[in-house]
Amino acid sequence: MSYGTSFSACRALFVRDFSLVWRRRGDALNPVLFAVMVVVLFPFALGPEPNALARISAGTVLVALLLAGLLSLDALFRSDFEDGSLEQLVLSPHPLPLLLACKIAVHWLTTALPLLLVAPLLGELLYLPRSELPVLLAALALSTPLLSLIGAVCVALTVGMRRSGMLLALLVLPLYVPVLIFAAGACNAAGQGLPVLAPLLWLGAGLALTLVLAPLACAAALRISLS
Amino acid sequence: MNSPTPPETPPLLEARGLAYLRNDEPIFGPLSFRLDAGDVVLMEGDNGSGKTTLLKVLSGLLPPGAGEVLLNGEPLTLARLSHQVALLGHLLGVKGELSPLQNLRFAIGLGGLRPGITPYHALKSVGLEGYEDLPLRQLSAGQKKRVALARLLLVPAALWLLDEPYANLDREGITLVNRLLELHALRGGAALITSHGAYAYTSGTPRRIRLDAVDREFAA
Repeated sequence: MSYGTSFSACRALFVRDFSLVWRRRGDALNPVLFAVMVVVLFPFALGPEPNALARISAGTVLVALLLAGLLSLDALFRSDFEDGSLEQLVLSPHPLPLLLACKIAVHWLTTALPLLLVAPLLGELLYLPRSELPVLLAALALSTPLLSLIGAVCVALTVGMRRSGMLLALLVLPLYVPVLIFAAGACNAAGQGLPVLAPLLWLGAGLALTLVLAPLACAAALRISLS
Repeated sequence: MNSPTPPETPPLLEARGLAYLRNDEPIFGPLSFRLDAGDVVLMEGDNGSGKTTLLKVLSGLLPPGAGEVLLNGEPLTLARLSHQVALLGHLLGVKGELSPLQNLRFAIGLGGLRPGITPYHALKSVGLEGYEDLPLRQLSAGQKKRVALARLLLVPAALWLLDEPYANLDREGITLVNRLLELHALRGGAALITSHGAYAYTSGTPRRIRLDAVDREFAA
């Protein structure tokens, strides 16, 4: 009998999740629209002086993208939980952390990567100094996967509850704060002409750690949510 | 004791004094039974008698409160579950946005493929020929159930745990489930099906286990 390898299971999961995102591609654009709206509204509230906007631009873009990511987080396991696919995933013979890592990867590629792509445009809207842009993008490239992984563990914990939106935000935000501080720290350092490597390395270290631990924690949390 | 016992193949599934407690209240059990290859056992019980919980414990989704579950004579662990158990629950585990074919391809990727059958064959044998590429959302509840049944045909699991497989199905569908169960038993598989009693497995006389009777005895 052909049992299939873990590789083919991951591939099947990738194919299925990407087709699902494609079928709901309208929803997939929501976080991007949200981030664009937040950034567009800031100059109206603060006035259009380039200097004032440039000073807050990196931080504003970071916070807008972080909150936009939070919007799509709850959907990560919700539909799989509601239609029983999650049970099938847990019962499959392949390592659950690996399968969940695939799900998180698809989630990052379809929700965070589009945000990363519009980040230069958002920066431009707020007169982000050109010298800061590469640092902002590097900080985002390291911090968005980190946010997805941390968020996934919290979603796995709350997916069994009916109205978990508020609880999820309360769980996630304190964990997001350090990531935001390091990412913003790198951008500020770049603005003042200081070395930016240290905060970026901290983000990288955090990402390496969560890349290994978050799928394991996620699997354990999902088993609790399902029982 | 001294008489030599013939070497016996361990049962596919065996429950010994199995019980489940939620907040110290018994949901079912203690329950002891065994399932050998070729067995179809009908688990009967009223609503709320713990049928679904029992299937979750047997499939390893819930830890047993007391007693043990043996799979091929060895204690049940998630690692050993691999490829041996297929669960069809109230939630079918199929995606409304995807077509039956896409759903089945995913199930094969996840659970493996029984030799000598393709997704097309499986869909044909559950009576969904011509619906392969329609989004599942456009199909009826009974047709969705048939897609889930086609999944059972495809994955190489010897033990089927079916929770109310007759729900939502028409007369023809009920016959279909019975035919699939018969075929599975003939191939050396085993199945445990639950029912609240309105429909029943009609071919032959399956073994029956009443769940609520045990439950009340235990609670008293």
